[in-house]
Amino acid sequence: MNVTIVDYQSGNISSVINSFTEVAKGKVNLEVTSDVNKIKSCDKIVLPGQGSFKSCVDSLNQIKGLVDTLKEFAIINKKPLLGICVGLQMFADIGYEEAETKGLGWISGKVSKIDNQKGKFKLPHIGWNEIEIQKESKIFKDIKNKSHMYFVHSYEFIPEDKSVISAITNYSSKIVCSVERDNLFGTQFHPEKSDKIGLKVIDNFLKL
Amino acid sequence: MLKNRIIPCLDVKDGRVVKGINFVELKDAGDPVEQAKIYSDGGADEICFLDITASNENRETIIDIVRKTAKECFVPLTVGGGVRTIQNITDLLLAGADKVSINTAAVKNVDFVKEASKKFGSQCIVVAVDAKKVSDNKWEVFTHGGRNKTGIDAVEFAKKVEENGAGEILLTSMDKDGTKSGYDVDLLKSITNNTNIPVIASGGVGTLDHLYDGIVKGGASAVLAASIFHYGKYKIKDAKEYLNSKNVSVRL
Repeated sequence: MNVTIVDYQSGNISSVINSFTEVAKGKVNLEVTSDVNKIKSCDKIVLPGQGSFKSCVDSLNQIKGLVDTLKEFAIINKKPLLGICVGLQMFADIGYEEAETKGLGWISGKVSKIDNQKGKFKLPHIGWNEIEIQKESKIFKDIKNKSHMYFVHSYEFIPEDKSVISAITNYSSKIVCSVERDNLFGTQFHPEKSDKIGLKVIDNFLKL
Repeated sequence: MLKNRIIPCLDVKDGRVVKGINFVELKDAGDPVEQAKIYSDGGADEICFLDITASNENRETIIDIVRKTAKECFVPLTVGGGVRTIQNITDLLLAGADKVSINTAAVKNVDFVKEASKKFGSQCIVVAVDAKKVSDNKWEVFTHGGRNKTGIDAVEFAKKVEENGAGEILLTSMDKDGTKSGYDVDLLKSITNNTNIPVIASGGVGTLDHLYDGIVKGGASAVLAASIFHYGKYKIKDAKEYLNSKNVSVRL
């Protein structure tokens, strides 16, 4: 199996590469690339994302043909794609970080700043929080409800169709921490930084 | 519910741990990678390296350590010490660090914090504030490991780095550091009450109760400690179980 981590200059993806390399060892061919042809022909895609919604969308758009290729892969052909952090947020129609920015529009909804109740809660939401699983999810196979995952973000994805939500976490409000629709997966938390339990999420994705 | 983090810190000089774990099971007590792995396997919520290498020639060694550690530890890794340029940050992040901590360079030029957080995202920019008490409820920022006075008020500075995009503040009391007499809780309170970003408490931990004070009395989101873990007095697990028994939520 060939898995591609999309390298579109979206900030620091070393940890994503390290953890996927660890889990993929000897089982899966892993490639880190922005080459559209390679992406087209692979079996699974990982879409990381760090920094702001706007900077990530801008970076994606700078690589010719990339957005269309991703859409064809994940939405039209329904092949497995995992978005991490801003990689997930970009599934939305629109994001409000830095400036109002159009997202990929794969899952209707918006990305807006977490309501921290007038400073009662610190932002960014940084650290380990429990996930509350909302529906059976392929990437949560053998993962217990209330497992701890590592988060670092100030913005949240609010999808219109709540049935896509596979887990939430409790902070200043209930925050969407993962989505799943067909073969489209996204996590707001960082499985690559979430210790052994995070590696299990990665393993589940690679085993799909 | 968000858990309070426990962060062990390793001081590294010329590629070797100078203040580190004294466990018998260690093959090489000076190897930072091996020590980081022990902490990560023991339940540390993050790992922090502080590079205290004096010379610029040896900067490469910390990069190499980060690279090796990041391949074995899958919890967040913060690296501080000598971070002065965008290139320094790029090098550390590419090697596998998740966050960098900026100290002197942030005091000299707060625009550097702004530039760094814009380029890499606030999530990976920690500003380390070293503060010393100058009068009742007043603390001043010091640089160069507490040697240089800056005349800058610590609370004002903390607010300023927040405005400029810092994602977290690593707050060290220079009066308490190394004393094992507990955090400067008043300093912590002043900073946590006046900022809206997470604050990591540092400097002075000698007992598990001090960790409790940092979180509950000081309002810290995370507690950093070095010596209580290094010398085998307590394991990370002991700290977490203790805090949990006192109703402080931690990741067990």
